[in-house]
Amino acid sequence: MTTHEKSERRGGLAAFIRDYRPTENTADELLDPAGAMRPAWRDFINQFGRLSGTDIERRFHRAEQYLHDAGVYYREYDHGFSRERAWPLSHIPVLLSEEDWTSISEALVQRADLLEQILADLYGPNHLVADGHLPASLVASMPEWLRPMVGVEPRSGHFLHFIAFEIGRGPDGRWWVLGDRTQAPTGAGFAVENRVAMSRMFPEYFADKTVAKIGGFFADFRAALERLSDETEGGVGVLTPGMLNQGYFEHAYIARYLGFMLLEGEDLVVRDGRVMVRTVNGLQPISVIWRRIDAAWADPLELNEASRLGTPGMANAVRQGSLTMVNALGSGVLETRAMLAFIPRICQALTGEPLKMPNIATWWCGQGAERSHVQANTERMMIAPALATRLPFDTDGKTVLGGRFRGTAKEPIGDWIDAEAGNLVGQEAVRLSTTPAWDGEKLVPRPMSLRVFAARTKKGWALMPGGYARIGRHQESTAISLQKGGSVADVWLLADPPGSQTAIAEARTVLGTRPDLSLLPSRAADNLYWLGRYVERAEGTMRLLRAYHVRLAENAAADMPLQHAIGEALTISGVDVAQPVPLALTDMLDAAVQSAAQVRDRFSVDGWLALKELQAAAMLLAENHRSDDEPRSGDDIAREISGLLRQITGFSGLVQDNMYRFTGWRFLSIGRALERAMDICAMLARFADHGTPEGGLDLAVELGDSGITHRRRYTIATNRQTVIDLLALDGRNPRALLYQLNRMRTLCERLPGADEHGRLADFYRAVIRVQTDIELQRPHTLDTKALWKTRGELMEVSNLLTQHYFR
Amino acid sequence: MPTRYDIRLKIFYTYGQSTSLGHHVIRMQPLELPKRQRVSIRHLEIWPRPTERTERTDFFGNRVVSVGFGGRAATGIEFRLKAWVERRSQRPGLDISPSLARLPVELAAIRDLGGSSPHHFLAPSPRVGAIPEIAAFARDLVQPDMTALEAVTCLGEALHEEMGFLPGATDADTPPAEAFRRRKGVCQDYSHIMIAGLRAVGVPAGYVSGFLRTIPPEGQQRLEGADAMHAWVRAWCGREIGWVEYDPTNAMAASEDHVVVAYGRDYADVSPVKGVTRMSGVGGTGHSVDVVELPSEPAGA
Repeated sequence: MTTHEKSERRGGLAAFIRDYRPTENTADELLDPAGAMRPAWRDFINQFGRLSGTDIERRFHRAEQYLHDAGVYYREYDHGFSRERAWPLSHIPVLLSEEDWTSISEALVQRADLLEQILADLYGPNHLVADGHLPASLVASMPEWLRPMVGVEPRSGHFLHFIAFEIGRGPDGRWWVLGDRTQAPTGAGFAVENRVAMSRMFPEYFADKTVAKIGGFFADFRAALERLSDETEGGVGVLTPGMLNQGYFEHAYIARYLGFMLLEGEDLVVRDGRVMVRTVNGLQPISVIWRRIDAAWADPLELNEASRLGTPGMANAVRQGSLTMVNALGSGVLETRAMLAFIPRICQALTGEPLKMPNIATWWCGQGAERSHVQANTERMMIAPALATRLPFDTDGKTVLGGRFRGTAKEPIGDWIDAEAGNLVGQEAVRLSTTPAWDGEKLVPRPMSLRVFAARTKKGWALMPGGYARIGRHQESTAISLQKGGSVADVWLLADPPGSQTAIAEARTVLGTRPDLSLLPSRAADNLYWLGRYVERAEGTMRLLRAYHVRLAENAAADMPLQHAIGEALTISGVDVAQPVPLALTDMLDAAVQSAAQVRDRFSVDGWLALKELQAAAMLLAENHRSDDEPRSGDDIAREISGLLRQITGFSGLVQDNMYRFTGWRFLSIGRALERAMDICAMLARFADHGTPEGGLDLAVELGDSGITHRRRYTIATNRQTVIDLLALDGRNPRALLYQLNRMRTLCERLPGADEHGRLADFYRAVIRVQTDIELQRPHTLDTKALWKTRGELMEVSNLLTQHYFR
Repeated sequence: MPTRYDIRLKIFYTYGQSTSLGHHVIRMQPLELPKRQRVSIRHLEIWPRPTERTERTDFFGNRVVSVGFGGRAATGIEFRLKAWVERRSQRPGLDISPSLARLPVELAAIRDLGGSSPHHFLAPSPRVGAIPEIAAFARDLVQPDMTALEAVTCLGEALHEEMGFLPGATDADTPPAEAFRRRKGVCQDYSHIMIAGLRAVGVPAGYVSGFLRTIPPEGQQRLEGADAMHAWVRAWCGREIGWVEYDPTNAMAASEDHVVVAYGRDYADVSPVKGVTRMSGVGGTGHSVDVVELPSEPAGA
């Protein structure tokens, strides 16, 4: 080591820790109250301090790259708009000692059991209300207390199966529960991605097994879900509100990770009180749904009537005991802020014991004494909607913090509290502990809260050992929400080297499961089919555009007859040739991305990224052209389009080479084959007709990418005979009509229900008819009329396929 | 002497073309109410014939029929109800309801979450939220020293004055704020507005769907809303009196002319047919009601 490196190292160590100073009266994760480093952090900080600035950057970059390549994103909402944002990983983990974790675990298992008991009472005998532990008026006004579910006992015997707790450390070093997440907690999937990214950043910590692994938690939960289902009654599915939801990435990710079907409301129907999945194999039963959709939206017939995400009859299926909901419909009631005011006493009443971990002190303003208390102490309270389910630090405009409105409201706070009364709670404004975050040069203290996930398994409640902490953007606790610029850190639970290691090693079980690919929901098949069609359509359009611009470059005047014919062909399909990168083309790519986005659980990450990159490239070109003062030459445009063409064929190759040959792949391939076959028909009808302007036949060969083959196979120049032979009737040329029809026939033959013991489905019959017809043609019989007719028949095949599988 | 009715209700939907029929939830059958309403015949016919049909009682005690059609397609769907109902009038007693100022105390003493607990009827419900204009209208009218029952009558009569009954001015999905702004509507709008007003002054209030007799007894005026399903309001007037029913469309207490079908917080809880059918093409709907008085049963029968 050189002197220079040594001094940089020492200097770095000093600099990155020198200015780390937690705020007064705030606990800190790194430093104890005396200002000494906590033992759990020592190793990490020492090793981190040894890294050079470039090494740190390189490591952070590796993590970012991983998250980017894995396509991790979340959806951010801003003034009615939403967009995908890169996952905001904080590069510094939060380290917890085993001692801390043991007390957290005990307390949260106690709380999980308590919550289960409260739900059973709220949807059952209502003793808590009758005995005065919960005000009836409060329960009755909670939007998440779902009346249609009152009296319904869960099929599994339990309301709660997968929950999370948001906890924070107060100034005195004690942990507090900030909120219970019992509806459909988010973040567990992101925790897995956080962990993988961290292992790219700090591989040394994971190699020597000092950090507790989180994979075992998922394996146990997966097993638990499978035990809840029953082979004869159907399997397990993950229900998502769809791709516009904030957490869609996670839904698709976790479905793929656990190997369960990803479903949307419209994938499901209820028949005879049972929930069925509409698949390409017909209706298939399902008996367990891990819902990532809020209960109110699950069934427009009995719950929120405005829901378009739900499945009519779902609540009745639950009532009839044929479906286990994880968690039960109505569990979200426990997320109501005002519940926190009553849980401590309920715990005492139901279990005879106090809470092992207190929750954030809360007063419901619907009660006189409590309201007065809040009135008298506004300066140290957060005053917020009582019936809302948001966590304490996810504040909105109508929240008072430290005696001041957060938003624009102006009325006196005292009047406001009196007028709103039961709609408000006061919560003690806990100052969250801080933890180190990297600001680019050094570590700085930032507020944090932990999210601890709990799953009901064979052995009782299991807690995910670490994984997920929210970190504030600046020192104020309210900046902790992701939507407000907060970030997420991995949480490392450090085990003391001996003893406990076995348990952790055992928990490292890898999820050795392959997704259940046998059942393909109709909606997913539909999307895959259209993905294939849009991509192929975009490719055909690009080829035609390139041909147009190449000729424009050769002949500045656009009045050549062939030029005109190409322009006309493009115009007919809605492409404006005056635009170098026409809107119609970027629309096709958008449509392809939209389709792919809805089947991300069935689609390789590489394929998805390739498609997104293609879309971005096309957008960029279009953008550049719009902002250019001088129009580019035809030559330039042709070259740019060639670039896009290479990208799109790259995408197609990726799909062809990497996608598992399950039914979904067949639908995608059928979409491509059908679109290409239709394109060839139109192309030949236009440019290989006897009346086509001069050069049409060569154009056809060019569009069919078959110049070399033509020269090799026919020593003569192009004539209609050779062109039709090569581009329509050659079963070995992938650019020929017959080749694509053969392919469609082979693909369709293996679709479920295409051939039921000799009884052929309508669509399959139509495919065979077209394929046979073309196979029997000769170049002179396949005239322009026959080509148009074939194209029409292919459109009918698409209709029949849609009717058979996608409706 | 009870009044006996033969009730016929027909509701149909037509679709422009053959459409796959979804699940439907039906709340059309008159309720059995001790001492007030007895149902002797109750027959609900649905066409096309459902492939599945279950019956249950919902949270508020209403009779609910759930049907499914196994994905079958049809160009329409029709529900026909036939019911014989015996209705007894309840003589109004003394107004022993507490003052509005006192009502919250009585309410707070009720530790019950059953379907007829008043607690369900004070908070915003799916179709009736807090509506400032209606709240202001109600607060201007009633005084804290009025009894709860006086407040109900006072608000009901004022609304009857203020509003114009006009079929077609609103539809089943018109928000109450909108109907109040226009000062026009039908029984559903009157009821929603009155519910919002009562809740704003602290009186728990809910929605009643039902029937009105079609032909008035001789010498009496025909009531508004008799040619379709009707709606009125029920309000909780303290521990002693409990629930009272008031018909703001006709500015009267609900009488033996009113036959109760379902109770809820608002229309969303009691709508006679809820169904989700993916419609394609233009559809239509129709609705007819006949509530005919039957000759009273011979003594001893």
